[in-house]
Amino acid sequence: MMKVTVTVMLKQGILDPQGEAVRQALRTLDPVKIANVRIGKVIEIEVDSPDKAYVAAAAKKMCEKLLANPVTEDFTVEIGGKLV
Amino acid sequence: MKVAVIRFPGSNCDADLFHALKFKVGVNAEYVWWGKKSLDEYGAAVLSGGFSFGDYLRAGAIARFTPVMEGVAHLAAAGKPVLGICNGFQILVESHLLPGAFLHNASHKFICSDVHLKVEAGANVFTGKLNKGDVLRMPIAHMEGRYVADEATIKKLEAEDRILLRYCAPDGSVNDGSNPNGSTNAIAGVLSEKRNVAGLMPHPERACEKILGGEDGARFFKSMIEGMKG
Repeated sequence: MMKVTVTVMLKQGILDPQGEAVRQALRTLDPVKIANVRIGKVIEIEVDSPDKAYVAAAAKKMCEKLLANPVTEDFTVEIGGKLV
Repeated sequence: MKVAVIRFPGSNCDADLFHALKFKVGVNAEYVWWGKKSLDEYGAAVLSGGFSFGDYLRAGAIARFTPVMEGVAHLAAAGKPVLGICNGFQILVESHLLPGAFLHNASHKFICSDVHLKVEAGANVFTGKLNKGDVLRMPIAHMEGRYVADEATIKKLEAEDRILLRYCAPDGSVNDGSNPNGSTNAIAGVLSEKRNVAGLMPHPERACEKILGGEDGARFFKSMIEGMKG
């Protein structure tokens, strides 16, 4: 099994009200000055294939077609802890 | 002519929509389940509001890959009217039948309240029988209603008269205070390039009975049905 980790984040510059709400809550926990909090999604996929290049290409396609919305989100794909 | 009321697991405005179409504007409406691939027997399709597939991943993202969306895309390509309301709008955007995307409301709150909407677009099958500048009152009920698109798309929508409805004040003026969710240019509804696909976040089906606070939703549907007759 090859484990693929996809991270989807809102594009920079897009207001993330969820992140902002969490930033304000964190401020009450600790006096440390938090400038910014952004919230995204982590998606773990297990693929039954030994072919890393094939899996990387397939994962990118999954991101473009479904896992991320290219209008509002950026994504990264990691296989074995390394960005591909 | 039959109008398909598309139902997904998690749709929850379908019965209101069916009631409004069948009993308020007298259309031959029929429920269509998401597994049905061909909609060739229908003259139009309406996608109702709700939380299709639990809004998992993003609102509308999973519904896009259902068999019925092939039928909807086919109807749209044939020039037949396709309307998406709330979650239906989100599904049409995820399906690329309409441009743009949705984000969480700027307030990060679920908003359920009546809003005012200005009829913006000129000739189109949906609001064509209303007057440009008319103000309609209908409820919105959504968490991900902040309409966004890249700058070029917004410019194109504006230039091509494809803003169906805009959030406004009761007098029809558009300002920051009358924009409930932070949508770009206070956009509440848009049209496709061929003007036969439309989406709107407000719920006309919830504003079709006087006892429920207003009938402007019925005005919207009547315009659409008249528009479909030509």
